[in-house]
Amino acid sequence: MLELKDIRKRLGGQEVLRGVNLKLAPGEKVVVIGRSGCGKSVMLRHIMGLLQPDGGEVFFEGTKLTGLSEEAWNPYRRKIGMLFQGAALFDSLSVFENLAFPLREEGEKDEGVLREKVAESLRIVSLSGTEQKMPAELSGGMKKRVALARAVIRRPDLMLYDEPTTGLDPVVGDSINRLILHLGKMFGMASIVVTHDMTSARMVGDRIAYLHEGKIYYQGTPEQVDRCEDPLVRDFVRGHASGMDVIG
Amino acid sequence: MMVGALPRKVQMWDLSAMVGRLGGLIVRSCETSGGVFLLLSDTLRSLFRYRIRWDQLLEQMYFIGIRSQVVVLTTGAFTGAVFAAQVWFQFKRFGMESAIGPTVSIAMCRELGPVLACLLLAGRVGAAMAAELSSMKITEQVDALRALGVYPTEYLIVPRFLALVVSAPVLTALALVTGIGVGYFVAVQIFGVDGAYYWDNTIKYTDRKDVMIALIKSFIFAVIIAAISCYKGMNCPPGTAGVGKTTTEAVVNASLALLICNFFLTVLLNAVLYSN
Repeated sequence: MLELKDIRKRLGGQEVLRGVNLKLAPGEKVVVIGRSGCGKSVMLRHIMGLLQPDGGEVFFEGTKLTGLSEEAWNPYRRKIGMLFQGAALFDSLSVFENLAFPLREEGEKDEGVLREKVAESLRIVSLSGTEQKMPAELSGGMKKRVALARAVIRRPDLMLYDEPTTGLDPVVGDSINRLILHLGKMFGMASIVVTHDMTSARMVGDRIAYLHEGKIYYQGTPEQVDRCEDPLVRDFVRGHASGMDVIG
Repeated sequence: MMVGALPRKVQMWDLSAMVGRLGGLIVRSCETSGGVFLLLSDTLRSLFRYRIRWDQLLEQMYFIGIRSQVVVLTTGAFTGAVFAAQVWFQFKRFGMESAIGPTVSIAMCRELGPVLACLLLAGRVGAAMAAELSSMKITEQVDALRALGVYPTEYLIVPRFLALVVSAPVLTALALVTGIGVGYFVAVQIFGVDGAYYWDNTIKYTDRKDVMIALIKSFIFAVIIAAISCYKGMNCPPGTAGVGKTTTEAVVNASLALLICNFFLTVLLNAVLYSN
């Protein structure tokens, strides 16, 4: 379904991605873990076409997306949903308008259909009745859930999650993880979750890929990752600081 | 300490640092100018390629056109009043009070009206555009738009650009009418200039071309303000400090560009409109 071939990217003079290779099968859930600043979000942005690689190629459903113009990307973007780290709700629009936005862009004008679809999406994320609220009135967790509802309202084939549980308390984080699993089962969508939260990674991933120094350093099932004896992977999985990372 | 007394090494360092700063400034200016022109061409292309989002356009026209009226009218009124008073103080010494009308009117049309109205629009509207777009940029809302398959130039820039280029000439015309009207009131009601002479001379010496100059200038200034403010907003550096910096830069750059452009427009329009 998705293939990243030798993706390279330099940002602000620093080589962030140094040849990322990753494949994703339909319906598969891959979690990309790695240290802060290792390029996880940058990789995700290449899949959505928000960044263009300096080298390498992105294939989606057999089509090469690299090198397409901004407008040529749009039909593919409609098949891919993305949950941004900060939710990225349009703050001048109500929850209803935020959710109706992608549908209106597809040409849906029937207010009855819009109301029905928005209500259904809000029901999935357990936020029924919040249609008239503005994003500023929502908590961090609610914002993420509304953003999730907006991202899946067009039923994409692939969902990208950028740090879905970052900044949330463990209970809300758990509800987001369950929601990711639920959406995957309900609509059969494949997903790539970028996180450094190992609880989340173990819970939602069929496969975990460890990104280190701009490359996929290791990948395997959650069980394989837990048993991995490579010091870099082991330290990350166990949350153990060593060498230069030890402060004091 | 005198510069000549500084050690040679320090002088050389100062010189190389100065050349470096100057070079950096030139590179940044070229980069910004290029970026502004690219954004402008993309805006014009999007204007004809996509449908116009009327709801967005009307919202922006309300904010720019209607909500700016008080500021622009007040500016026009007091500029006309002050200018009429100053001209009266100077002209009465030569017994030329009847020339106050055309002087105020021509000055308002050719320079004061469009320049002051658009400088205020740069401050009010340009700042708002840059701040709003940069906030959207740093909170990933611009990326969210792209992710939802919407071209940001079409959705965010085109309505703002159109609203400003339509509203600015109208607001300038209002500022002109108010300035000339208040100038008349000050000259006739306060300083006792003959009202009939005032109007007669104003109409006699104020050409249609003077009004055209005002409208052409305000249209071009609006293009400058919209292009610079939107470019700055869409290229905001990350962080909340970036929003403040971007907003300030947008207003300062747009105001300076407007004033510089005004000189060339004055020369060009006079050459074209008054060539024979």
